[in-house]
Amino acid sequence: MTTIDTTARPTGFIRDTASVFVRESRPLVRDPFSVMFSLVQPLVFLGLFGPLLIGASGGDAAGTLQWFVPGILVMVALFGTASTGANLLFEMQTGSHERTLVAPLSRSALLVGRALKEVVPLVVQGTIVVLVAVPFGFSLDVPGLIAGLAVLAVFGVGFGALSYSLALACRNRDWMFWMVHQTLLFPLMILSGMLLPLEDGPAWMQVAAAINPLSYLVGAERALLSGDFGAPAVVGGIIAAAATCAIGIVVGVRSMKRAA
Amino acid sequence: MPRKTADMTNQMISAQGLTKTFPAKGKVVEAVRSVDLEVGAGELVAFLGPNGAGKSTTLRMLTTLLPPTSGEAIVAGSDIRRDPAGVRRRIGYVGQGSSGGHTQRVRDELHAQGAFYGMGRRETRARAAELIDSLELGQIAGRQVQSLSGGQKRRLDIALGLIHRPELLFLDEPSTGLDPHSRANLWEHIVDLRRETGTTIFLTTHYLDEADQLAERVMVMDHGQVIADDTAWALKESLAGDRVSLTFETASDAAAAAARIGGEASGQFVTVTAPGGDRALPRYIRSLADAGLEVVAATHRQPTLDDVFLALTGRTLREEAAHAEASEPVPA
Repeated sequence: MTTIDTTARPTGFIRDTASVFVRESRPLVRDPFSVMFSLVQPLVFLGLFGPLLIGASGGDAAGTLQWFVPGILVMVALFGTASTGANLLFEMQTGSHERTLVAPLSRSALLVGRALKEVVPLVVQGTIVVLVAVPFGFSLDVPGLIAGLAVLAVFGVGFGALSYSLALACRNRDWMFWMVHQTLLFPLMILSGMLLPLEDGPAWMQVAAAINPLSYLVGAERALLSGDFGAPAVVGGIIAAAATCAIGIVVGVRSMKRAA
Repeated sequence: MPRKTADMTNQMISAQGLTKTFPAKGKVVEAVRSVDLEVGAGELVAFLGPNGAGKSTTLRMLTTLLPPTSGEAIVAGSDIRRDPAGVRRRIGYVGQGSSGGHTQRVRDELHAQGAFYGMGRRETRARAAELIDSLELGQIAGRQVQSLSGGQKRRLDIALGLIHRPELLFLDEPSTGLDPHSRANLWEHIVDLRRETGTTIFLTTHYLDEADQLAERVMVMDHGQVIADDTAWALKESLAGDRVSLTFETASDAAAAAARIGGEASGQFVTVTAPGGDRALPRYIRSLADAGLEVVAATHRQPTLDDVFLALTGRTLREEAAHAEASEPVPA
């Protein structure tokens, strides 16, 4: 049902997007510790999986962390943004989303403003993870970290937009949202090589990894966080992040317009 | 804030043949069937009907949330199909749910809402402060929406709907689920708003007393159609009439009385439905006394909107409410 057109944008797309972004960000500003909630999982992996990895690899802690921490950053981006649609799902059920649909806001802004909000917790969480790893031997390259977080932010906006699209598609069927969420997330994580190298896995896993955009992202983060800006993996990661972002925004905006 | 008013025609809502059908379980359900509506500036209209009558669906079409299957409507001066943004800019809408985001704080939501309506920062803050004051949200302005009571949430919803000083406010079941005290309090706020600003208010309700006491005009909806539209007083007068009940010593007296004044006898009782029943009552008693029939007891009851609904549909709204608590289906 797209008969109601949204060509008239009295306040403008950019202004609307900013308004939505500000609204979505306010709870984070008010309760900064809510950002910590989604940090639990990455920190558990860092603290409990990291030492095992160091032991199993037989290498030194610093070198293993240099390999492992960038993967944890991608995990932050993946898990943090994947469940953001749940908030929209809840607002669709309470009536809060309906209120924004009656306001003279561009439909695209309703999605883009929400998706852009993902950048804030992502950057904060990513920075915390890296700072936690430094005392254990992770060597910090500041320009590399900034570039790495920027690439992750682009990916996060797109993945967040996809999560919102999923919420819009599921409407009031929460179970479906969480089922798709759970079904996709862990395979995406494991098949990206963020926890364990896939080079030792069977050939089919390597094929799966090759078509998983997250693999490229993990590769790029490993290069960037070590300050290796010239690595070919960086280009792959940027393309994967940009493609996720573009697809996410297009699909998301379309879902938002259709749902309205 | 740009403000094109609908003053030219003095009509706030003008709809013709508004229809909404949607597929459900292989059939086509006609939720709203060719509804015509005219609401003038400054009116307070109650849309009354059982759950599933199509009230909310009509409201969702008028507020641009749902495209009509067919029909036209001009709301606050703009066409709902051709200029939905124009409609959105000028109307306020309070839906059935809770408008505030659960993790948001009350004052933050009001500020966000002002920005959504293109208001400047200073204007938004001043207006939010005004609404926090008038809707008594001061104590809870810094609290998260999810921690509020039903009545508090509803007052916030109204404040959110009013941030941009709309000329026309839609309220969908505003008092459903509230305790009697919160309901009365909410209505006080709505009546005050009306008195102070002259805002046109269009609301749906299935509470009979609410429509009766507060609205100047009642539109009755059933099975997707508007089946009556007038002042509550006129509807009761023309469709229901007053109920006069007379009690006699014996059933034979009652039967004789019923034959004389017209009415229905049942045992020792006679019931007469008549306009202006309070004035008719002394006349009946005198006339019956002349015929040697002594009235033992007499009562007069003014009709309610439920009597109107009964006269129109053969069903009562109270029964409907009892077995149709589920809310009406909202098409995708």
